[in-house]
Amino acid sequence: MTKLVDWTNGEAAIVYQGCLACGARQYFRRGFCASCGATDLSELRASGEGTVYATSLVCRAATPETKAHVPYNIVLIDADEGFRMMAHGDNDLAIGDRVTARFVQFAGRLVPCFAKASQLDRTERWR
Amino acid sequence: MSYITGVGLTSYGKHEGSSSLDLMSQAAALALADAGLTRPEIDGILCGYSTVSPHIMLATVFAEHFGVQPSYAHAVQVGGATGLAMTMLAHTLVEAGVARHVLVVAGENRLTGQSRDASIQALAQVGHPDYEVPLGPTIPAYYGLVASRYMHEYGVTQEDLAEVAVLMRRHASAHPGAQFHAPIAVADVMASKPVALPLKLLDCCPVSDGGAALIVCREPTTDTHVRIRGCAQAHTHQHVTAAPALDKLGAEIAIAKAKAATGIEISDVRYAAVYDSFTITLAMLLEDLGLAKRGEAAARVRSGHFSRDGELPLNTHGGLLSYGHCGVGGAMAHLVETHLQMTGRAGKRQVRDASLALLHGDGGVLSSHVSMFLERVS
Repeated sequence: MTKLVDWTNGEAAIVYQGCLACGARQYFRRGFCASCGATDLSELRASGEGTVYATSLVCRAATPETKAHVPYNIVLIDADEGFRMMAHGDNDLAIGDRVTARFVQFAGRLVPCFAKASQLDRTERWR
Repeated sequence: MSYITGVGLTSYGKHEGSSSLDLMSQAAALALADAGLTRPEIDGILCGYSTVSPHIMLATVFAEHFGVQPSYAHAVQVGGATGLAMTMLAHTLVEAGVARHVLVVAGENRLTGQSRDASIQALAQVGHPDYEVPLGPTIPAYYGLVASRYMHEYGVTQEDLAEVAVLMRRHASAHPGAQFHAPIAVADVMASKPVALPLKLLDCCPVSDGGAALIVCREPTTDTHVRIRGCAQAHTHQHVTAAPALDKLGAEIAIAKAKAATGIEISDVRYAAVYDSFTITLAMLLEDLGLAKRGEAAARVRSGHFSRDGELPLNTHGGLLSYGHCGVGGAMAHLVETHLQMTGRAGKRQVRDASLALLHGDGGVLSSHVSMFLERVS
């Protein structure tokens, strides 16, 4: 299995795993498929496209590093590839919005941050 | 068969100078006295955890400190569901003949023993260390995410959620041990400081010092007979990122199993004690458990259904939201209050009929669930 580096290791990328035995997708990396137990997994780079599932605007943070960023929006995104992930999002996001990922600095780390997909992207998608 | 023979509860709020062991000991001593038992009669100890004083062997630390040499002892950790999970385990141990008198105890100086920031930070660690925690979420944010989705799917409003905070405060005002007594209105909740929107300060339980304990025995030890009829658990995930859809959460699974195990229907229930770390937690759980129709918990609160003199009194001590939340002991206060109600000892909070009670606890981010039915027998 080729190991891809993602944002959890400081790279501007979102990576997920696909099970070659049952087809399940999973976001939290591990050495086996959590659905069927098979160890034959592919690692894939996600497109960064998805839909907002939930949002919460954090206004009260607990560490000096995160306090410097308030308010910041914590979001759950349903990625087009079929897995769910937590990320940051622009403060104007609403549930159901189509979104695209970029990467920003947060508390000394690189983290994925989603913004509304542009009109152009949307046209491209439906063409 | 098992009986809850004694309960003990400290006030919640500030206990300046008290350690976690002090608060556990106070609650345990009250429970022992209530059950009419002495230390040598305790042969099992189950305890929770303390974020202020973590220890890999808290049950034996406590046993030594309290002066008991049990034949069975260890700690249990399932977040907010720990209290009911320990009670379920005590019931199972007693039924299996492993122990006769099991002391279930928790206590923590979570408010004065560490800074609020440290508490918030410690609890945020229930998130995934690689994929969630680096994003800076807090426990209110995990539940804020759930709230946003629940409101979206079922048309629930922030004002609806505020109703349950108002009810918990009204109930707490009648309990001298509660952390908060000053009445609040929906407008106060709406105007309170944003924490993790849609949740605001008064949608969130406080951080408290406190302790709670109970004793589970094979036979009644006094003339108050409160029997554990049956219980069940469900654990669907740990992290909110991996949570199933809103209609497939563990509360529905646990209550279905508890109903099947006991033959009890929701319409039989006379008193309810439901976990309320946030207003969304309580509103959702009421609906998941079938105590209100989907999206209608707030309407039932407004109509007085869950009030002290209502059809189904709920958390008459004020719940985590207003009695307080000291960690594992937090939800055990629900059980202590239920016991007082079932045995007619709740004073001016006494409800008409608490002969059959439903208790439900939740740990993590709706991750771990325990449902339990208690019954008063003569």
